[in-house]
Amino acid sequence: MGQTVFEPWNDPDAKPLIQFKGVTKRFGDFTAIDNQTFDIYEREFFALLGPSGCGKTTMMRMLAGFEAPTEGTILLGGQDIAPIPPNKRAVNMMFQSYALFPHLSVWDNIAFGLKRDRMSKDAIAARVEEMLKLTRLTQFARRKPHQISGGQRQRVALARSLAKAPKLLLLDEPLGALDAKLRQATQFELMDIQEKTGTTFVIVTHDQEEAMTVASRVAVMDNGRIVQADTPARIYENPTTTYVADFIGDVTIVTGRATRSGEGYEVRYAEGAAPIYSAFDIDLAEGDTCHIALRPEKVAISAERPEGRRNAVQGKIIDIAYLGNLSTYHVEIAGGRMVKAQTANTRRLSRRDFTWEDTVWLSWTDTAAVLLRE
Amino acid sequence: MRRLTWFNATSLTLGFAFLYLPMLILIIYSFNESKLVTVWAGFSTKWYGELLRDEAFIDAALVTLRVAVVSSTIATVLGTMAALVLVRAGRFPGRTLFSGMIYAPLVMPEVITGLSLLLLFIGIGLDRGILTIILAHTTFSMAFVAVVVSSRLMTFDRSLEEAALDLGCSPFDAFRLVTLPIIAPAVISGWLLAFTLSLDDLVIASFTAGPSATTLPIKIWSSIRLGVSPEINALSTIMIAIVAVGVITASLVTKRASLRQQAEERAAAQQA
Repeated sequence: MGQTVFEPWNDPDAKPLIQFKGVTKRFGDFTAIDNQTFDIYEREFFALLGPSGCGKTTMMRMLAGFEAPTEGTILLGGQDIAPIPPNKRAVNMMFQSYALFPHLSVWDNIAFGLKRDRMSKDAIAARVEEMLKLTRLTQFARRKPHQISGGQRQRVALARSLAKAPKLLLLDEPLGALDAKLRQATQFELMDIQEKTGTTFVIVTHDQEEAMTVASRVAVMDNGRIVQADTPARIYENPTTTYVADFIGDVTIVTGRATRSGEGYEVRYAEGAAPIYSAFDIDLAEGDTCHIALRPEKVAISAERPEGRRNAVQGKIIDIAYLGNLSTYHVEIAGGRMVKAQTANTRRLSRRDFTWEDTVWLSWTDTAAVLLRE
Repeated sequence: MRRLTWFNATSLTLGFAFLYLPMLILIIYSFNESKLVTVWAGFSTKWYGELLRDEAFIDAALVTLRVAVVSSTIATVLGTMAALVLVRAGRFPGRTLFSGMIYAPLVMPEVITGLSLLLLFIGIGLDRGILTIILAHTTFSMAFVAVVVSSRLMTFDRSLEEAALDLGCSPFDAFRLVTLPIIAPAVISGWLLAFTLSLDDLVIASFTAGPSATTLPIKIWSSIRLGVSPEINALSTIMIAIVAVGVITASLVTKRASLRQQAEERAAAQQA
């Protein structure tokens, strides 16, 4: 291999760029951020993901300096940033509404921050040209914000916030206003720019796909707390709570009682039904209530009971969601529970094997199901 | 184009007649040869000539202009500051009282405003003259400016200011470089409103004017009491002309600007 993996959060010697230490933020009686402690490392692309009102924007506004924590401290490069006003912080923000200055041209928007630093005229011009090139806006330099398209505005906002070469760039729902196609293209552009400039990015989003695509680590938030912060792959494959499992991607959650069996556990979820086996690495006491989280794409669907699979249940197809490339089957198993199974449509639709009301077998490997504590 | 029904045509004619007939008569009689207001004796522009030679009128006009320019400028500064506090300061104890007190002069009878100012000036021993008129006009017109500017600030995107701070502006620079240029149209129309209010104010000015300074409305009012002269008609016609030219130019400029903006936005949307 020989390649160094970028995982500073696993390196005990790595110095974090940002440290939240017991940070709480209250607005009157409402607790927006509840005693949070976590680190963000240099060159990271860190995503704060959660539904609206979960506190992700408050977290970002505290970093930018528009809100002050009620309790706790935030350190940037080891220094407490509480007494530093927003205009003195080496942090820049890209606003959700872009907040482009409508009375200034694209060029002047990008130069705005540089002019505040009393840089020489030539240095400003050189830096603006560099930013225009980076964001492919050179030909629009003289236009006003209302004379360019939404995607171009988004790039102006990015160029403006990157122009001062901040230590940390905050992006508040940066792609929210773009349509789906443009958003995907822009996600890759963002990652590319982040890599080129080596800036630490913190992005706030409610779009889980976006967070998974761009981020080195995703922090899933709920009610003012970070529930889990980890790499996209671990968030998806090893969620630590049902909230995370449910929030990221599609999942079937079945609740039952665990009994030790060899390497893993057998989970009984209904009278008379065979238990589900999972070799998932977790410590459960005998008879504990636990949840099984099962990703639809890990569940195979077949007409006959498959050979050599410990987990196989019979059920009836209730619903089929055809997504073009994929089909999701909603299958009712013992006790009226619904399990989702997904198959890739590698063949044409006319040759599909199953249809509504068919009785089928669902099966999955010993390691497919994730066990979650109550 | 839809044809007008007779009913619509009648209401249109009546409405406009009601609004503009008095002014039309005034304009026609300003070109009357005769000194008698009620008798038409042929076309002449001699009253305009007379007017320009009448120093009392010219003086009054200059005083009025000076008062209007100075008072509307001070009122715009104060009114904009008040609007900023009203819209931005969020909730503070006494906010409702404060905003109520800003708007009160809008509905206060002018006689009362004038009288109270008069008592104040006498009380502090300030001689009545051009300064007292300026102060009085500033007092009541800043409330109008505050209303106009605060309604613009309500729809102002705060993140523009935050972006300016984020990019290294001090709060004052953020206001000077971002907020002010964007709300400028509202500030300018606030100034124009204050200017017009000051130009045609008679009641408050007559309470606060002294023998050393007379404004045009006071001058017109007092000379009317000696009988309507065609000179007054000429003066009024000039004022109507100035206002009409101003209003028409302003609306043409705004219309052209908004048409251009629309065209540019359409072009931007197409090439996207």
